[in-house]
Amino acid sequence: MPALPEGTAVPDDGTLPFARVGSVALRQAQEPRPFGVYVHVPFCSVRCGYCDFNTYTASELGGGANQAAYATTALREVDLAARVLDDAGLGSRPVSTVFFGGGTPTMLPAADLARILRGVDDAWGLAPGGEVTTEANPDSVTPESLRVLADAGFTRVSFGMQSAVPHVLATLERTHDPRRVPDAVAWARDAGLDVSLDLIYGTPGESLDDWRASLEAVLATGVDHVSAYALVVEPGTKMHAQVRRGELALPDEDDQAAKYELADELLTEAGLGWYEVSNWARGPEHACRHNLAYWRGDDWWGIGPGAHSYVAAPSAEPVEAAHADPAGVRWWNVKHPRRYATLLESGSSPGAGRELLTPAEAQLERVLLGVRVREGLEVDALDRSRRAAVAGLVARGLLDGVAAVRGRVVLTRQGRLLADAVVRELTP
Amino acid sequence: MGQWPGLVTTDDTLPATLTERIALPIPGPALSARIEPNVTAPELIRNFCIIAHIDHGKSTLADRMLQLTGVVEPRAMRAQYLDRMDIERERGITIKSQAVRMPWQLGDQAHALNMIDTPGHVDFTYEVSRSLAACEGAVLLVDAAQGIEAQTLANLYLAMENDLEIIPVLNKIDLPAAQPEKYAEELANLVGGDPDDVLKVSGKTGAGVEALLDRIVERIPAPVGDADAPARAMIFDSVYDTYRGVVTYVRVIDGSLSPRERIVMMSTRATHELLEIGVISPDPIVTKGLGVGEVGYLITGVKDVRQSKVGDTVTNAGKPATESLGGYSEPKPMVFSGLYPVDGSDYPALRDALDKLKLNDAALNYEPETSVALGFGFRVGFLGLLHLEIVRERLEREFDLDLISTAPNVVYDVTLDDGTEVKVTNPSEFPGGKIKEVREPVVRATILAPSEFVGTVMGLCNDRRGQMDGMDYLSEDRVELRFTLPLAEIVFDFFDQLKSRTRGYASLDYEPQGDQAADLVKVDILLQGDQVDAFSAIVHREKAYDYGVMMTAKLKEIIPRQQFEVPIQAAVGARVIARETVRAMRKDVLAKCYGGDISRKRKLLEKQKEGKKRMKNIGSVEVPKDAFIAALSSDSGGGKDAKDKKK
Ligand SMILES: Nc1nc2c(ncn2[C@@H]2O[C@H](COP(=O)(O)OP(=O)(O)OP(=O)(O)O)[C@@H](O)[C@H]2O)c(=O)[nH]1
Ligand SMILES: C[S@@+](CC[C@H](N)C(=O)[O-])C[C@H]1O[C@@H](n2cnc3c(N)ncnc32)[C@H](O)[C@@H]1O
Ligand code: SF4
Ligand SMILES: [Mg+2]
Repeated sequence: MPALPEGTAVPDDGTLPFARVGSVALRQAQEPRPFGVYVHVPFCSVRCGYCDFNTYTASELGGGANQAAYATTALREVDLAARVLDDAGLGSRPVSTVFFGGGTPTMLPAADLARILRGVDDAWGLAPGGEVTTEANPDSVTPESLRVLADAGFTRVSFGMQSAVPHVLATLERTHDPRRVPDAVAWARDAGLDVSLDLIYGTPGESLDDWRASLEAVLATGVDHVSAYALVVEPGTKMHAQVRRGELALPDEDDQAAKYELADELLTEAGLGWYEVSNWARGPEHACRHNLAYWRGDDWWGIGPGAHSYVAAPSAEPVEAAHADPAGVRWWNVKHPRRYATLLESGSSPGAGRELLTPAEAQLERVLLGVRVREGLEVDALDRSRRAAVAGLVARGLLDGVAAVRGRVVLTRQGRLLADAVVRELTP
Repeated sequence: MGQWPGLVTTDDTLPATLTERIALPIPGPALSARIEPNVTAPELIRNFCIIAHIDHGKSTLADRMLQLTGVVEPRAMRAQYLDRMDIERERGITIKSQAVRMPWQLGDQAHALNMIDTPGHVDFTYEVSRSLAACEGAVLLVDAAQGIEAQTLANLYLAMENDLEIIPVLNKIDLPAAQPEKYAEELANLVGGDPDDVLKVSGKTGAGVEALLDRIVERIPAPVGDADAPARAMIFDSVYDTYRGVVTYVRVIDGSLSPRERIVMMSTRATHELLEIGVISPDPIVTKGLGVGEVGYLITGVKDVRQSKVGDTVTNAGKPATESLGGYSEPKPMVFSGLYPVDGSDYPALRDALDKLKLNDAALNYEPETSVALGFGFRVGFLGLLHLEIVRERLEREFDLDLISTAPNVVYDVTLDDGTEVKVTNPSEFPGGKIKEVREPVVRATILAPSEFVGTVMGLCNDRRGQMDGMDYLSEDRVELRFTLPLAEIVFDFFDQLKSRTRGYASLDYEPQGDQAADLVKVDILLQGDQVDAFSAIVHREKAYDYGVMMTAKLKEIIPRQQFEVPIQAAVGARVIARETVRAMRKDVLAKCYGGDISRKRKLLEKQKEGKKRMKNIGSVEVPKDAFIAALSSDSGGGKDAKDKKK
């Protein structure tokens, strides 16, 4: 994760920036908006050269103390979250999705993950049919640990496979043996978990055939969900330095475009349709609902160091006094696990900064996120001045014409590759 | 007494002359009464200017004079006091001449000194020549660490043309690298006289400046004129001031001018009432009039500077003179460039701004023009590249405009086969039909360089189609080379090249020298098959290919990939001579966009949107304005020109 955004301070007690209008009961009478919980686990056994997520190795943290105490610390934030939401009149919503991400959540004993999940359930209650995912490295799970997770209520696991090709994995500095991936997938499925695999394409030195091999390997496992990301050489990473020194070539955008097209083709053929720019699933029931919630603008609370959260203004109705309310608030926690723990121990919010969204900013986000997903966005949701741009984008093959006629903005394959350009045209 | 507050110097201790103000020969009240501007006897007036190569320290020397004569309070002092425009202060160069009246006592006599600090840059030679016409003498200043440079010669020549008394002075003698003995000899050789006669001063420490003021009183002839004749005053500058209207600077030759009388501008016969009359010292001081030999200003309340033309003669309406004084020749624009507002809706604002600036800068010429790529704008004539750059900067700064200036070009005289003659100031208007002859302006360039660089300089001038006219050794190790060069070749990075190839040692001066026929062609640049008129250039046939390759490569660099392929071509007539392609962009999406990425992504989008405002559309091709501007103007060398001279 790159440096935290710039923002204003989060109050010590974490209070949300919404005026308390109307009775709590009244708010609760309204259809509750979906609510998700993200739990960040900032530990990895080694750091991969390309990765800039907020994660630390044991040696970086000077021992495993943080890891051992982590579940306890994270649960403190769960308590705080429950209190803050309650105070804002947003307390009694069941959690529709929980997502453990990292870092490598499975660096923690499965029992610790289970304990955190239980804490979340105690605080808000898991909605019936709720989705609970954890990310995992293929070499950080065993059949037993996966079974513990499933028993604790986990429903999904997402493995960081990245590639099936040894020299590509080596460039990425991945430690796992690619032959372990099908085993891990099988164990997870045996445990009753829905499985997803993460891939990275466009690694320096990866040929189109290498990429095809990785895709075929994924399909051979029979998973129902795939995420494929174009490699980004993030500033501050080891890979960035390697590129700067000329040891690695910068990923080529044309090559990445060709690989995206190949992925979309092979995955679609195999029955996995795209439902977001970088995500494919065998039918809507296998899509990751937690991630969809991000793109739909639902509320979520991010637990853990560096985690981000978002809560929309409680009332969609423009209640008189609530008019001055921001459209929503995003905030983010301090990045370092030790500082995070210290703040929580002293009873303070671990929030490092926050950002109150103006209605215009919220609208911009709605378009930029909404366009990324298969269901797309209603043409009516666009700023009036930009609706005319839709026709041009259809003509240039970037938006689906049939969908447009039906009043929705949906990207074509080519449009997905140029999604950011499309968004620029669709926003004022 | 310690350090004078406000005096800009790095020295902790100042020489006695500066600190012991009490002892300075500034006339007391009784004597001062005799040098009131309306009653001063011409014998007590000395009019002089300070001339030099750029950066040799004219303005700094002027500072010390302002201080020694007590016209600027120590606490009000700042370095290059007379460089008042922001742009002058930022660049550390003088652009406009400034006249200042100062008292000075020699023996038991008070004198009034009118000093004019002049610019050193070649583009502003016309300012120098106007200042010279208001003076009887000139302080020829030479940097004692640099010696004689090209503009030293050019300005000396002008001063001699005007029959001025020359006082040779070496400056910056405080510098460790100064070689006063060597350059005193060089200077004495040049102006005639004894090396011992060459004064040595430091504008920084003030050393020798008192002696110089004495020398000015002793050597420079007092003005002569007929006090009883009808008034005749020469306008040597005219400036527009937002609050006061046009301020006209004059040098009185005969008779006198007094407030509230009616005056006539002799060339236009326009009459005005003199609302205010005064001297600059160095702030305006209202006086009861100006007599023979005085230098001062007039305010008539007119708003249009053209009513107060530089070179015109002012006389008295009641008792008019019959013969006007000889005027100045109008400065001729040498370099042209298109000026366009980045935002098309600023066109009227640009027009107003040019009109206003013109009030201050008679040398500015402009006509409306339109460009396919750039929209509505003006073709503007300038005295040189620095002039171009300064005008552009003043327009942007003082009028808050965002401008694009096209690559500078010169004016061509084209004769068609049918005998029609066309004057081309904009390359895109170069006629396409059968051409009999193209004539281009040439200059006579003087280059001074250490003798080891003779070969280098000759090589460069040869590359630029130069003809060597002669060469002289100024001293054993310093050579003056003279060339006839096409002006167009100087307009492109010539000075940069000269400086870099001579490790900064060469200096350059040039003046127009008529025109010559040449084998010139127009190279067009096409984006997606459409000509981008702003990039058309007229170049020598042998250089057309190089220009085409250079320009297409440069455009390829600056044009970001679009959603379609963009061919870039260079063509002479219908013949394509160079080609590049910007491939279509295939991917423009951030693959990952989860919780923590959203703020970042929105901000990125907002930034891109902001960036889009900084894009210029050429046909359907979007080009970042900055890059576009850079491509249009980076070869002008104008900016570097001035800065390099500053070293
Ligand atoms: N050491 C030293 N530096 C000086 C002296 N006089 C001027 N300088 C420096 O030389 C530089 C140029 O001085 P200016 O007074 O601006 O020169 P100028 O001749 O007026 O320059 P233009 O008006 O641009 O032609 C400045 O950095 C001054 O500080 C001097 O006597 N000694
Ligand atoms: C937070 S990582 C965690 C998963 C787990 N730690 C692992 O690496 O297997 C989630 C996914 O982001 C993707 N990712 C991380 N860094 C990336 C980068 N620089 N460029 C593209 N994708 C990246 C990888 O596919 C990775 O599996
Ligand atoms: S294991 Fe995953 S989170 Fe950890 S460093 Fe590697 S990519 Fe990043
Ligand atoms: Mg100066």
